[in-house]
Amino acid sequence: MEIGLIVLATMLAALLGWILRQSFNTQPWVAEVTPDADHQAPFNAGPKLVALTTLLAVITSFFALILSAYSLRMDLGDWVPLTEPQLLWVNTGALVLASATLQWTRNKAMRRDASSLVPGLLLTGLLTVGFLVGQLIAWQQLTATGHYLTSNPSAAFFYLLTGLHGLHILGGLYVWARATTKAMGGDNDAVRQSVELCTIYWHFLLLVWLVLFGLMIST
Amino acid sequence: MGYVAIADRDHEIEHHDPQTFISKYVWSQDHKVIAIQYGCTAIFVGLIALCLSAMMRLQLGFPDSFSFINPENYYQFVTMHGMIMVIYLLTALFLGGFGNYLIPLMVGSRDMVFPYLNMLSYWVYLLSVIILLISFFVPGGATGAGWTLYPPQAIMAGTPGTEWGIILMLASLGVFIVAFTMGGLNYITTVLQARCRGMTLMRMPLSVWGIFIATILGLLAFPALLVSAIMMLFDKTLHTSFFMPAISSAGMDPGYTGGSPILFQHLFWFFGHPEVYIVALPAFGIVSDLLSTHARKNIFGYRMMVWAIIAIGGLSFIVWAHHMYVSGMNPYFGFFFATTTLIIAVPTAIKVYNWVLTLWEGNIHLRVPMLFSIGFIFTFLHGGLTGLFLGNVTIDLPLSDTYFVVAHFHMVMGVSPILVVFGAIYHWWPKITGKMYNETLGKWHFWMTFLGTYAIYLPMHYLGFQGVPRRYFAMGNTDFLPASAQDLNAAITVSALFVAAAQILFFVNVIWSLKKGPKADPNPWDATSLEWQTPDTPPKHGNWGHDLPTCHRWAYDYSVPGYADDFIPQNVPPDIAPVGRDHEEDH
Repeated sequence: MEIGLIVLATMLAALLGWILRQSFNTQPWVAEVTPDADHQAPFNAGPKLVALTTLLAVITSFFALILSAYSLRMDLGDWVPLTEPQLLWVNTGALVLASATLQWTRNKAMRRDASSLVPGLLLTGLLTVGFLVGQLIAWQQLTATGHYLTSNPSAAFFYLLTGLHGLHILGGLYVWARATTKAMGGDNDAVRQSVELCTIYWHFLLLVWLVLFGLMIST
Repeated sequence: MGYVAIADRDHEIEHHDPQTFISKYVWSQDHKVIAIQYGCTAIFVGLIALCLSAMMRLQLGFPDSFSFINPENYYQFVTMHGMIMVIYLLTALFLGGFGNYLIPLMVGSRDMVFPYLNMLSYWVYLLSVIILLISFFVPGGATGAGWTLYPPQAIMAGTPGTEWGIILMLASLGVFIVAFTMGGLNYITTVLQARCRGMTLMRMPLSVWGIFIATILGLLAFPALLVSAIMMLFDKTLHTSFFMPAISSAGMDPGYTGGSPILFQHLFWFFGHPEVYIVALPAFGIVSDLLSTHARKNIFGYRMMVWAIIAIGGLSFIVWAHHMYVSGMNPYFGFFFATTTLIIAVPTAIKVYNWVLTLWEGNIHLRVPMLFSIGFIFTFLHGGLTGLFLGNVTIDLPLSDTYFVVAHFHMVMGVSPILVVFGAIYHWWPKITGKMYNETLGKWHFWMTFLGTYAIYLPMHYLGFQGVPRRYFAMGNTDFLPASAQDLNAAITVSALFVAAAQILFFVNVIWSLKKGPKADPNPWDATSLEWQTPDTPPKHGNWGHDLPTCHRWAYDYSVPGYADDFIPQNVPPDIAPVGRDHEEDH
């Protein structure tokens, strides 16, 4: 449980530190006239970014706890290390490229360069779908070599982790599909924030995948 | 100091005019309607769980007198009672119900930041409830694994409901967590982003603080339950061995190898302990506001109350293994978790002291919400003190499987939050419905519930000391117990039925109030927080009419010296001339 604990403690510490800074030198019992003009918002980000950040914290907690379970289960006697298919390296490359493409698209979109929006989004989608297809092929390769879900906990965790990560990617692709549809309709202003949020989500899932992949090939 | 622009967009008012009955009350995106939907659904399943507990008590008080209770469905009653009460009633009611209703009104927002997501959250929650209830009617019935669903017995033949019940249970939990996450994202974002001008974090009423921190706990802790539910579903349906050890079942080998049931316990309690505070923190917050309002005094030590909520929230993540002392853990582990557990007593005790000090020399109005709040201090203190016993490994070991534990957690996590739920419903009822309830009926409801629950749970402590085991369908060959233990059990059952019947008063009151109740004053308690300052009662969609409120002060300006009224609402600027006599000289 150490992994889960450390990750959660870090997130909680950051959050509680922020709240304490907000609350430490205040005198809540003092009434003041509140001026009409707006002060600086606590985050300039806007609600969608706050919600996304919160969601990423939830997903982080989710994967950290599975990894805790992974490390606890690994220490029990019947664990046989799994040899992961080499294809995973190719898949990882596709996901890295998808993330990079999306970042490039985002940068262009921020500079109001509408022409590269749709191609960038489509390329990102293609690479991401490629990653998912690659993961499915990796599953096939594993079953072909006799590693089923029930053959060993290491294999079970492989299917579980890749599957759950894939589901999160699918969720991202849903938002991506909506943004792409809008972008193809020419509604570039509405798409800008979607692209920005997608970029964060893609980078995050890439990071999650790198951690999962690193852990699985090293054990 | 942070104020946020989005709450100021007055043009949003135009979006807030749903026309038809369906869009207004069924597929509603109004946080108040969603809150009522959440609340009614939660109370509905809570009543089912109440009936289940009555049936358990019938068996325990009068063994083998009822032909419709056999060992299998006794365990199903135990399991479903626990799971429904903890998750589908209390979590949903405090966060989905009160969280939804109070957050936007108390922080001065028109609605949740994502109304559509909020609506989705309710309907997904309803789906999880439906899946849960279906499990009563599938072959084999609901799961009887105990609310903790420990493997291997949760999915092995011999436990009731291992055919379909456990699968539906786990699926329902998964769906519930999705619903909770959608709601939780809304609560967090609304608190952080949609507060009205002047509503700094440290001017928020403690109810919002409690709900806010509880939501954070929920968002970080429910994934642990989701992980364990997914992995157990794999073990059950696909025969993996995450949790299932090599085991033989009725002479057969079900094909599991080397999994770890303890791993499940770690994951489950990593969720399970924060869950206690997911329920308790909103109750703490709400009770603080109720006490302050009805004692006409500012809450004692506001900042300390906020920090105590935060500290309890943080600590709740490092005490989970105190639920596992009997699992045979390393004694050093037990020492660590006993220490952290006892440390939680410090911020909790600060809160209790501050509640009592809020009452000190207050102008106490013993209205119904106040009665429930003061009742809560008693029951929570009581349950908290027995928690100090059970937090110690050496005391927990002999008591862990006895009725002492049942008494402890029902006192601290059953009775206490439910008293706050009732107090809160009575307190905000005039705002929610625009009608007053019957004060006399409410007082009868309080006294019967409060004294009745004491009559249930106080004797259980003695039964626990005697060694009466919990979870048992029948006591069997227990010569070490005096015969009077059974008499006490019968008395507890009678009290339990009495308390269950007393809840009828509440529903009578609800129906009476809705039909014949007098019209409520917009602010019947002379309260300061923003939800009482709405232009309409009950508030209309959009809450604030044309202009959003501006907040100038905290929510606890009660009995401020020099003012004629004994309360100053949060949206009253400080430069209003003090009304009354030559006040300066008085102080």
